[in-house]
Formats: sequence, C-alpha cells, structure tokens
Amino acid sequence: MTTRIIFSGYGGQGVLVLGEIVATIAMKKGKHVTWMPSYGPEMRGGTANCAVIISDKIIGSPIVLSEVDILVAMNQPSVDKFLPKMSQGGMVMENTSLTTKKITDAHVKVVEIDATNIASEVGSLRVANMVMLAGFLKNLDLFEMKDIIEVLEERFSGSRSKDLIPLNIKAIEAGMK
Amino acid sequence: MAKVLMKGNDAISEAAIQAGCKGFFGYPITPQNEIPEYFSRRMEEAGGVFIQAESEVAAINMVYGAAAAGVRTMTTSSSPGIALKQEGISFIAGADLPCVIVNVSRCGPGLGGILPAQSDYFQATRGGGHGDYYTPVFAPSNVQECWDMVFHAFDVAEKYRTPTMILIEGMLGQMMEPCEMTKRPTYQMDKSWCVDGNADKRPRNTITSLSLYAEVLEQMNIDRFKKYEEIAKNETMVDNQVKDGDEVAIVAYGTPSRIVLNAIEELKADGIKAGLIRPITLWPFPSGEFQNLPSSVKHVLAAELSMGQMVEDVRLAVNGKLPVHFYGRTGGSIFEPVEIANKVREILGKGAK
Amino acid sequence: MAVVYEKSRGLTDNPLTYCPGCSHGIVHKLVAETLVELDILEKTIAVAPVGCSVLAYEFFNCDGIQAAHGRAPAVAAGIKRTNTDKIVFTYQGDGDLASIGTAEIIHSAHRGDNITVIFINNAIYGMTGGQMAPTTLIGQKTSTSPYGRKEEQAGRPLLVSEMMAPIPNAVYIERTSVHDVANINKTKKAIKKAFENQINNKGFSMVEILASCPIGWNVSPVDGNKFIKEGLMPYYPLGVYKDEGGEN
Repeated sequence: MTTRIIFSGYGGQGVLVLGEIVATIAMKKGKHVTWMPSYGPEMRGGTANCAVIISDKIIGSPIVLSEVDILVAMNQPSVDKFLPKMSQGGMVMENTSLTTKKITDAHVKVVEIDATNIASEVGSLRVANMVMLAGFLKNLDLFEMKDIIEVLEERFSGSRSKDLIPLNIKAIEAGMK
Repeated sequence: MAKVLMKGNDAISEAAIQAGCKGFFGYPITPQNEIPEYFSRRMEEAGGVFIQAESEVAAINMVYGAAAAGVRTMTTSSSPGIALKQEGISFIAGADLPCVIVNVSRCGPGLGGILPAQSDYFQATRGGGHGDYYTPVFAPSNVQECWDMVFHAFDVAEKYRTPTMILIEGMLGQMMEPCEMTKRPTYQMDKSWCVDGNADKRPRNTITSLSLYAEVLEQMNIDRFKKYEEIAKNETMVDNQVKDGDEVAIVAYGTPSRIVLNAIEELKADGIKAGLIRPITLWPFPSGEFQNLPSSVKHVLAAELSMGQMVEDVRLAVNGKLPVHFYGRTGGSIFEPVEIANKVREILGKGAK
Repeated sequence: MAVVYEKSRGLTDNPLTYCPGCSHGIVHKLVAETLVELDILEKTIAVAPVGCSVLAYEFFNCDGIQAAHGRAPAVAAGIKRTNTDKIVFTYQGDGDLASIGTAEIIHSAHRGDNITVIFINNAIYGMTGGQMAPTTLIGQKTSTSPYGRKEEQAGRPLLVSEMMAPIPNAVYIERTSVHDVANINKTKKAIKKAFENQINNKGFSMVEILASCPIGWNVSPVDGNKFIKEGLMPYYPLGVYKDEGGEN
C-alpha cells in the first residue's frame, strides 16, 4: 500500500510543515516515508509544495509528478496545477476560503474545508494548515488525533512555543465540526 | 534510538559535527545550501569553525590548510562548484591530506539546472582534477546512509590520508526520510606529520605536492597508487542483490537504485526475474561483482541519471562476457519504474507495457 | 674568536634557489630574524605561494605548506581559524597575490583573518621567465610586453597597498623597499610590526615590499636596486597606508 500526497499553497501557508507533520506521523507508525519539497529559484512567497509518500515498501523516487492520491490544496493555483495529476479515485482537500472554482471532475473525491476562515475564527490565520488535518481525520484512516498531538508536542517542546499546542489542536477540532 | 525525520543535507551536516568535524568551509549553491546553513548555526557550540568563503576555490583551499594542520575538515558544494574545487582537491590528494568533500549534484553541463542528476560520475571517479590520483567516492541511497557514510568517509580519509567524496543527487539532499542519528567512534589519526605549529615538540614539518625531480615524483605517485590498491582491497562497498535465476542484472547507484528496486518488483509480477547491483563506492568500483554473476544472468543493464557514465565502468567490469545495455535520463528528468521495466522487457525481447 | 655575524636560526641550511641580486634572500632573512626575535619560530606556519618563492617552506625553519597559485591567504585562513594560538604568514609575489590571487587576498583582509602577509612586488613574473605582471610599469619590457607595457592594452599597474588599505578589516598596510640598508631596516620594522599585530590579535596585516629581479629585468644587481629607486618608487610611493593596530 502506497499513498502519494501533495501539499500545496502560497508560501507562508505552512504547507511544508503540514507535510512534515503527516510524514512524521507515518514514520512513527513504522512506514517507509519520504518528504520532498519543490526547490529552486522560485519567488519567495509564491507557491510552495511538497510531496509525501507513505508506503509499506521501499520508496523509489520521492518526487510525485503523477498519480497523486491525496491533494491538499490551500489555494486555487494549487488546484489548477495538481488536479490534472490526480489518480483515479484520488481525494482533493481544498481550502474553500481561497479557492474560487467548484471542482467538477468526476474521477476525484472532493473534501471542502473553509480552512482560512476557520483559522481566523480560532484566532490565527497561521493555523489554517492545521485545520486541513481535519480532512484527514474525517475522511481517511491514516492516523488519529492522538498521533497529531504526539507530533505537535515533540515539535513544540521548547518552553515558549509550547503555548502554541492548544491553539493548533483547537484549529483541528474546529475543522472537524 | 528513535528515528528522526530529516533532510539528507541536514543528516550529512549533523553527522559531520558528531564525527568531530572542526572546520567547515563552504559557499552557497543550490541544492546544498542547507549544509553551510546548518554549520553556521551549530559549529560554534560544537567548538568548531564555520567560514563562508568568497568562492568555492577559496573554500577548498581553506580545507587544504585546516587538513594540513590536522583538523577534521569538510566542504560541500554542487556540481559547478565541485568543478571549481578540483584544483584544490588535486593539491590535497598530491599532499596526502585527509578531508571529506560532498557533492549534492545537479545537472549540467555549464550552469545547467538545479534538478537532480548523476552526470558528475566521471568528475568524481576519475580524480577530477589534474594529475594521477583518485578520490574514494561514496554514494548513499537514502538519508540513513548519508548519516552513516559521513562517519565512514572521515575514517577512510584519515586512515589512508586521502580526500574522500560523498556523491548524492540533489533529490537525496533535499528529501526528508527517517534517520537514526547514531554516533559512533571514529578513527584516531596520528598527527605527528601535521603543520600545526608544534615545532618545539618535534622536528618541523612541511606539506607540499611539489617535486621537481622526475625520479622522486614518480616514486611518490607509485607509492600513492599502492595506497589506492589497499583502498580497493579493503574499502570497496556494494549491495549485490542478484540471485540465481535472475536473467538481468541492473546496475544503479544513489536514489535511482531505489527506483530500480520498484521496477524489479514490477517485473517480478510479470514473471521476469532481475536483480540489482548497487555500487556504494563508485571508486573503487566493485568490478569483482561482475566476474561471479550467476549463470542465469544473460544481460547487464546500467541505469543512471546521465547520458551514460557509470556504464563505462560496468563495461570494463563485465569485460565483454555479457551484453551491457544502458538506460538514462538527464537534465533533471528522473526515470519512473515503468521505464526501467520496459527497458528490461525490450532487452529480453518482450513487449513494453 | 667573537662571532660578529651569523645566519639566523629562523632559516634552514637548505641552499636558497634565488638568482644573484634577487631581493627574496634579504626578505627571507628579515622574516626569519623577526620570527626568532619575537620567539614565535616554533609555533609559526609559513604558507608558500607559486612563483620564485614556491620553495619558501624549505627555507624558513618552521612548519611550512605550499599553496596553489594565489590561494595562500585561503590556506592561511584554514590553518589560523582552526589554530588561533599559532602564527601563520603567507609569503607571496605579485603574480600570485596581485593577479590570480586577488579574490583570496581581498577577502582575507575583508574577513579580518589574523594573519601576516609578506607581499613581494618586483613588477614581473620571475619563475615563469619574466612575463608582464599586473604591477609591471608602463613602458616596461617583459617577455609578454616586448614593446613595453601599453596602458591601452594592459591598463596601468595595480596599486595593491592603496587598494587594500580601505578594506574595513585590514589593520595594517605598509609599502617598503629593500634597495638600500636604510630601507632594509625600515622593512624589518614593518615586518616586525605585522607579526606583533598578529601576536596581539589585532588582525590582518600586509607589508608590500618593492623588490629587485635583475634577471627578469635584464639588468645587473646594482642597476636592479637603482631601478627600484628610480623606476618603481615614483609609481609605488613608500609609506604606511593604514595603521589601526596602534602600538604593540
């Protein structure tokens, strides 16, 4: 079983970190996992994306150019770019706060999350990426809430950043509603 | 020890620090920038020196100086930057100094592009600079191996007093994978030959690659090649998975070797048997593996991200006993498992899928 | 019998490989004496260039290393930065320092490497057979400027001390000459100061020394010293170009 995921959005929306969190959870579950950023002389603050592959066997190329199983799209350009690369029956989780076109493709399942607006209500635009994790919890059985919390606690173990954990959890819970 | 998700570039940096690297000299170039950035954050607390040099040329010469003074030292760069370092690498080899050079390679020639490639194989395995010399070259294929290989590369460098190289594609430098950060003891080098300003405790030392007398320089080169023979005998590394019954041996190194493993699995589902030979040292090349292949093997396929460089070593190793085929992608394109599988099908006269 | 003069123990017994009338021997002696007088010989590492002084590591009686052409300051930085309690100096000619090694010398000063640079300016490439250097005077004939250096083809000679002095982290820059005894004594003082600065962790110091190359210039040793005075000195004024080190 191999799952190929793309996390994509504007720079600053935290898509690379989001991918890292999902990859870390999979690693802790004993899976083979790779995380690969797009790198290059791209404009800072422009689009950013990373590919995460989770598998039971050795992963060959960490680069995902096609057969995307899950797309986490934080904005419209991300949908435009990666929708044509989805596998049959793949899942698109879109941040409807920033997407403008309704996805009509029949070959993908669409999960709509009003992530940026929800994050704003929770108290910080910066946790919009965490709201998207609700899409994983509600629609897939890759991991559970406790797995996310474990990783967050490790990531934010510094005394100052520890305060951020409740905000992040609140964001995910708000996305679940 | 718990595994940590980390980039190849970060694994190389932290491993070097834990292996006792006390002098890092670098220059910015994509896709290796995480390494000098890492050292700039960590080196002071680790009790070492980080300098961002004015050029790759200066960086390798700082390495030359630090190595001569007996300091465990390292530089990293990417393809065009490694080309600039070749003058210094030749001097380091000619003066028999230990250091580690990492090439997080990209595609060329010229400025080329920043995407992954394996087109620096010739540069890495044929010495790279002027004169008669080789550099042991290690090619890890995952982040864990990057970590482990740094300790090993320092050990081999100091044991034989030679520059060693770690060659990875940009892909491996950039990607994160689980890595167990195990610190292990390292080789303790005798430093009585170093130019470290301790002439009050021993006779003065000199370090040079210069010799103006033919008979002297010839003997120095002959002696150095005896050292290379020892390295070939003791330090050649290979992951040979070819089994009796395999029809095709596929040779690949670095991350692309993993894509080949996926292809082999795909072929297996079709009833086609193939096995991987993964050179871990590119120089010395594991030529011996090709002398004792199972009789079932009828073809050898070299798969690499270049127009065909390692394939030359494969042909030399096979020495005409079997047909040697080649499949490569270049310019930053990466082959998919199906491409390798189809090449095998083509070799065996079976239709592509 | 009383000893009235002896070779400095800062020099080895290896015979010098320099031509008759060449200034390298004088400057070697001054550096060697300085290392002994400051009692730093045993903890000093000499970095030799490519050029006539390529074998300098065979002559200074301390640890020595031979660097690639122009790269001596980078090699020195690698040694000094990882061995801050040792004394490191480069000994470079004008082809090495002022042509192929401009990046390395400028950035060594720019970083503020706490090293000493002895820069021999004889306005020519000696070892390779008397070719034009960046420092060759206008009209000066060399094997690659057989009709005399022309400004429109090669520009005017590079003024290295004047170029180095404005670099913020260059601490001490002086140009001296060794064409007569008075100037040899002044050069010795400058060299001493450049090493004392290093001992006292003041930073980058360079002494540019106008030197004679009678073979390269195709003149007698006596006329060589005359050419320093009448040819080089009017274009390359002697003096202290920067001194932020203060008293040592």
